[in-house]
Amino acid sequence: MSDKPKFVYVIYIASTPDEVFSALTDARQSARYWFGYEVTSDWKVGAEFALVKDGRRWDTGKVLEYDPPRRLSYSFHPEHDGLENEKPSRVAFDLDEINGQVKLTMTHDDFEDGSEVLPKIQAGWPSILSSLKSLLETGKELPPFWRGDYDKK
Amino acid sequence: MPEFKPRTVYVTYIAATPEKVWQALTSSEFTRKYFWDRDIELEPKLGGAFALKLPDGKVNVRGKVIAWDPPRKLAVTWQVEWPDEFRKLPECVVSYEIVPAGEAVRLTMTESHSWNVPEAILSGGRTGWPAILSSLKSLLETGKVPAIQMEPPREMIEAIKKL
Repeated sequence: MSDKPKFVYVIYIASTPDEVFSALTDARQSARYWFGYEVTSDWKVGAEFALVKDGRRWDTGKVLEYDPPRRLSYSFHPEHDGLENEKPSRVAFDLDEINGQVKLTMTHDDFEDGSEVLPKIQAGWPSILSSLKSLLETGKELPPFWRGDYDKK
Repeated sequence: MPEFKPRTVYVTYIAATPEKVWQALTSSEFTRKYFWDRDIELEPKLGGAFALKLPDGKVNVRGKVIAWDPPRKLAVTWQVEWPDEFRKLPECVVSYEIVPAGEAVRLTMTESHSWNVPEAILSGGRTGWPAILSSLKSLLETGKVPAIQMEPPREMIEAIKKL
C-alpha cells in the first residue's frame, strides 16, 4: 500500500447506481448539491472536465475513466486562489450496490507532497457528498453554507 | 490517562438541528434504528457510565463519558466487550462534535487511539462509521433507515487474533 497522501470518503445513499452516476455527471443536478458548481464535460475518456459557476471555470481536468454506473474518474486542477501551480490530482468515484443501496467511495489522490489542495478538498468533499445524499434521498439538497454563504455568517 | 491520537475522522452534514442530532446520538430510540439494533446507556454527566447493548442485553461496548457538552460535544472511552475476542483491543476514545453549518449541522466523529494501532484494526471503524453515520443522516432527514448488513473486516479479525 502506498503512503502517498490521499483522501477517501465513503457514503451510503438510498438510491440506485444509475441515479447516483447520473447525479455525478449531470450539470443541473450538481448545481444543486455542489453549491452552484456545474460539472461540465461530454464524458468521453480524454475529454475536458470543468466545474463551472457564474460562467467561470473554477477547476478543470480530463476524464480518465467513464464506466457507468460503476466508476468515474477525472483529473482535477484548481484554477483559483493561487493553487494553479500545483500539478493536477485525481478524483475517482466507485459505486457498489449493497443491500439495495449504493455505497459511494470517493478517492482523491495523486497529490504533490505538501499539497495545498489536499486540505481544501478534505474540507469540501464531505459537504458535497452529504448534499448529494440529501438530494437523492429527500429531493432537497443541503442549504448552502460552504464557499460563500457559510463564510459570511 | 494515556495520550489518545485521532486516527479515523468521519464528517457528515445533516439537515437537522444540533439538538436533534444530539438526541440521535444519545438515545436508544434512535441508536436502535441506525446503530445495528444497539441500545445506548449514558449517564448524562462527566464521568458517567456509557454502554452499547445488543438486543439480548449483552454489552457490546462499555466506557465512560469524558466530554459532555450538549448539544455540542460528546466523548466516551470505548472498550469492546463483545464479541469476546475483541476484548483484547485496548480502549479507544470516540468523540462527536456538532457545529451549526448554515441551516444544517456538521457532525464530526473522531476515533482516537493510545497505541500504535495497525491499519488492519483501524479498518473496522473505517468500514463501520460511514455506514452508521450515513444511516443516522438518513434517519433524521427521511425518517427511514436503509439496512446495511456488515461484518467486521476479515483483516481486522486476523489482526486481533495476533494481539
